[in-house]
Amino acid sequence: MATAAYPTRRGFFTRPRSTTGKWSWFFTVDHKKIGIMYCVTAFIFFIVGGLEALAIRSQLAQPNGEILNAEVYNQFFTMHGLTMIFLVVMPMGVGLMNYLVPLLIGARDVAFPRLNAFSYWVFLFGGIFLYSSFFLGGAPDGGWFGYAPLNETLPGHGMTFYALGLQILGVASLAGAVNFIITIINMRAPGMTLLRMPVFVWMTLVTAFLLLFAMPIIAVALFELMFDRAFQATFFDPTQGGDPLLWQHLFWLFGHPEVYIMILPAMGIVSDVLPTFSGKPIFGYNAIVFAGAAIGFMGWGVWAHHMFTTGLGPVANSAFALSTMFIAVPTGVKIFNWIGTMWGGSLRFTTPMLFSIGFIAMFIIGGLSGVTHSIAPHDAQQQDTYYVVAHFHYVLFGGAIFGLFSGFYYWWPKAFGKLLSEKLGKVHFWLMFLGFNLTFGPFHVLGLNGMPRRIYTYVEGMGWDFMNLLSTIGAFVIALSALVFIANVVITRRRGEEAGADPWDARTLEWSTTSPPPEYNFEEIPIVRHRDDFWHRKYIETPEGEPARVLAGGAVATHEHEAGHGIHMPSPSYFPIVAATGLPLLGYGVIYFNSTGKALLVLGALVTMMGLFGWVLEPGAEERV
Amino acid sequence: MSTHEVASAPVAEHHTSTGLDNTKLAMWAFLGSECLFFGSFITTYLLYRNRVLDGPTPHEIYDIPFTSVSSFILLMSSLTMVLALAAIQRGDHKTMRVWLACTALLGMAFIGGQVYEFTTFVEEGLKISTSVFGSSFFVLTGFHGAHVTVGIFMLLALVGMSMSGRLGDRHEGARKVELIGLYWHFVDIVWIVIFTVIYLIPTN
Amino acid sequence: MAQAIGPWSVILRSISISHGDGMRFLDFRQGGRARLGALVGVLSLVAVACETGDAQDVLSPAGEFARSPDRLWDLTFGIAVAVFILVEGILVFTLFRYRSRPDRKASQFHGNTKVEILLTAIPALILAGIAVPTVSTIFDLAEPREGALQIKVIGHQFWWEYQYLDEGFVTANELHIPTNTPVELTVEGGLIDRVTGDAQVIHSFWAPRLAGKQDLIPGHANQLFIEADDPGIYFGQCTEFCGLGHAEMRLRVYAESGSDFEQWVSDQKSAPEAPSGGSLAERGQKLFAEGQFREGLNCAACHAVEATPEDVAPNQGPNLAHFASRDTFASAIFKNTEENLKAWIADPASVKPGARMPALGLTESEIDAVVAYLKTLE
Repeated sequence: MATAAYPTRRGFFTRPRSTTGKWSWFFTVDHKKIGIMYCVTAFIFFIVGGLEALAIRSQLAQPNGEILNAEVYNQFFTMHGLTMIFLVVMPMGVGLMNYLVPLLIGARDVAFPRLNAFSYWVFLFGGIFLYSSFFLGGAPDGGWFGYAPLNETLPGHGMTFYALGLQILGVASLAGAVNFIITIINMRAPGMTLLRMPVFVWMTLVTAFLLLFAMPIIAVALFELMFDRAFQATFFDPTQGGDPLLWQHLFWLFGHPEVYIMILPAMGIVSDVLPTFSGKPIFGYNAIVFAGAAIGFMGWGVWAHHMFTTGLGPVANSAFALSTMFIAVPTGVKIFNWIGTMWGGSLRFTTPMLFSIGFIAMFIIGGLSGVTHSIAPHDAQQQDTYYVVAHFHYVLFGGAIFGLFSGFYYWWPKAFGKLLSEKLGKVHFWLMFLGFNLTFGPFHVLGLNGMPRRIYTYVEGMGWDFMNLLSTIGAFVIALSALVFIANVVITRRRGEEAGADPWDARTLEWSTTSPPPEYNFEEIPIVRHRDDFWHRKYIETPEGEPARVLAGGAVATHEHEAGHGIHMPSPSYFPIVAATGLPLLGYGVIYFNSTGKALLVLGALVTMMGLFGWVLEPGAEERV
Repeated sequence: MSTHEVASAPVAEHHTSTGLDNTKLAMWAFLGSECLFFGSFITTYLLYRNRVLDGPTPHEIYDIPFTSVSSFILLMSSLTMVLALAAIQRGDHKTMRVWLACTALLGMAFIGGQVYEFTTFVEEGLKISTSVFGSSFFVLTGFHGAHVTVGIFMLLALVGMSMSGRLGDRHEGARKVELIGLYWHFVDIVWIVIFTVIYLIPTN
Repeated sequence: MAQAIGPWSVILRSISISHGDGMRFLDFRQGGRARLGALVGVLSLVAVACETGDAQDVLSPAGEFARSPDRLWDLTFGIAVAVFILVEGILVFTLFRYRSRPDRKASQFHGNTKVEILLTAIPALILAGIAVPTVSTIFDLAEPREGALQIKVIGHQFWWEYQYLDEGFVTANELHIPTNTPVELTVEGGLIDRVTGDAQVIHSFWAPRLAGKQDLIPGHANQLFIEADDPGIYFGQCTEFCGLGHAEMRLRVYAESGSDFEQWVSDQKSAPEAPSGGSLAERGQKLFAEGQFREGLNCAACHAVEATPEDVAPNQGPNLAHFASRDTFASAIFKNTEENLKAWIADPASVKPGARMPALGLTESEIDAVVAYLKTLE
């Protein structure tokens, strides 16, 4: 055992031992617990961001709204965007990756369990740091895109919180990205070749690579902003020769891959849910995997379509118009393959299936409106109007959020051993589907009717009143649907149907272990012989090409009496949370760069260094008592 | 039960799908990310180096002989790093510690040179707030200096671990030294790029 | 209304509700912020709305530079709708046809190379079909236009400055152009905000019925061509988020036939008439130019009243030459009435969030005088 390499000591470097109870969550390194914490935290932020959206929609329900003033409105729309992107869609995807990737590839944990815990705590503290700005003089109010030079001329600490908050969240993303890349490359069960991996694992890999290369770019932009705001640098100050377009290039060079970082995990979920409920293997596995990778590559060559109105010149505009059009091709391939997966199947319309179908239906709309953005001369009409707002909500809500909910309903029984109520689930789906279209459908019309984004008010007589009212009603329907989901969770907790190991007759490895899986995931590391290996253990193909159930095939091994005996898992650790605690302290130190701030900087650096020090020196595992 | 022992992958450093060590692969991935990080700062610098509305220009302020010497010192530290790794691969902890300490000292000399350079520049009127050239120069080279500093801490930690016997056996120790070595060489290579781009390419 | 309305705009418009019937002025914010009791009791400000529900309708182009993008839109939107109906149709058909039934067995195929290649090629071909006219339109719109009227547009927080380069005068917020003439706007973000000394921020000039938007970026000068076929008022607003006043950084383009435009130009260049002796307006003029209000400031510290270049220099606020002839003020959000002006002068930021004009603390009678003076600036 590798533990033999470390002397086991008591004292400062002792690892906590308990893996149950309230406190175990703070020090856990179990990818499943961390995954659950990610999803729960992200869901709480989803509610917060949703409340901001409700306030925004209430303000805009009628012309000359009186609910929010310009100041608060600007903070709300900025924080709504930041929350939904960095604190909801990304971490929800990461949460599912955390829970599932090791299970899907037949591993006992991720490659770096403590780094994984560190990612989570940094994400949580980064989110809290960002939200603390509301109580410290005002939240960021320059938009999630924070264009220069407005991002440095806005008064107060808001945009400094933006620069540092996103920086902290970036640390979490980067650590997570490295972890997932290594896990997927190196931790696969025997026989789990790359082209046998479930599509969700592939999409996780592509996403992780996008994060790996996109995060440093935004880090640089944010550092430059931070030095401008806090230390009198002049990166984006046009009066000193600074170029506001530099910010835009850096931001969108990160920002466009970011879009795929948000959507690819959802695409992966859908690609795993559809085969299960169609009773068929995925249609065109290779094509769907390569399309995902192609999107990942091409995503680096389209950023300037966010800048069609900045005067880049006809050559650049043409080039980016073309690249933007052609990224629609791999996207289209995916849609056709999903429909091909259902074609000829025997479709069971469970809640996860409904959300996946909703994803496809809405993503088609978002994809098509995306193509209309690529015609650069008309994009000059669409840019910064509600038409764009409609587009990205169809992609990120109709797409990503629907996909994530599909994943929640699908894997809930695996994580908690109980099925969510199908009845409430369907109510949730239809309410959300209706509310979503009611909210964001009218945005297309509003945008084409000339309503710009990011305006806190509008006057009567522009022709915008009715559609805005409709949209506001839709927003409250979405809120209602979220309440139904919460009710579903609460009710299931009390009296849910026992799931068993494989409630959906599914295809992939995670269903071959118990629900919930033991800490070590699998009694024995599976030997993989096929894509959809678990399915092939349950069914053989008859000579007529039809599946036939194997007697006792795929039975889940539950050696209750000696479960887990002899399997060494890494012990919990104090240090990830300690090291993570230092980062927000550093953030506050920069924001309040006086004597207190400098003290905070020193304290933050010390705490982080102490955490890392202990991290390196603690033993690999503590003997279980 | 023996299968269980072998398969408990997360703590076992061997038995990976590719046969490559997890931490080494992770370091490569991280360094890939770092390329984009420095690349973006270098791009910023290239955009801004000729935009001096106020204060000294690059041409006026750079002391190329001085920086060449400190660059040479940093490059030499890569050599001592290689020697440290060779020592631990032979199982020779003592020699390794000497070479690691040398590497750290050379790194410190480089940082000392940078501190001197920054101080001189500030005295000559180039501050972070003077011009976009000043901002991009200080932040780019400053972040590189921060990377070197982190590297020095890691080298000293290796020395400390070796002295207290925590570095592990020959194989495990070599793995750790190689890991830090990767980082250290990367930081050196980045400096070669920065030195070329910042100091050697003439400005107009 | 414009002649060339695309078929899709008709569909879209039919599902949007139009409010249009003639010019209507609307009560603007009767709530707390607008209650300026100190001035004229309970006062309701009147904001300026627009003629119809389609004032900023992207799909009703009113000139060549809006029409050629619109043609692209009609093509692309048509294709998008066809693809939408086809693909969603196939999706719904699949869901219905292959829904689980007791006798249904899922057929176990893994893919179909021919179908997959076909389904990759078809979208690629369709997109290539869109790409060709897109690229040609991009280059078309960037062509320089002979004999275009040259106007420089500068964005401020939160109003527009227009410099008529050939004619040599300046005006604000309401842009006047001749019909059937291409107008070349050089849109530029100023470097330094002349009011605050801060860096200027990015704005975006957008009058949807005349052309797509173009960003005003500090340190960059961009070109934007606009043209109007028919006389009329074309509405627009800033479309790059620029801070507190972003929502209320609106603009108007007045397109006038050749002779009307000439007349307007010569009016602009003429010097204002001095108010008659002893009148309220004369007192206003004195206060405007020589008053000593908060921090020793007066109106003339920021506002010029002559449009000729010699008067441009202290132009920190909008140039007020021939102010009385304007329909609106404060970036085209308030109707130019005495009541509105009084409320505005008393405390600008309370009626328009983020407004940079300071409240100078004029008394009620001083405000009356200044407004009387402004009304003489015909």
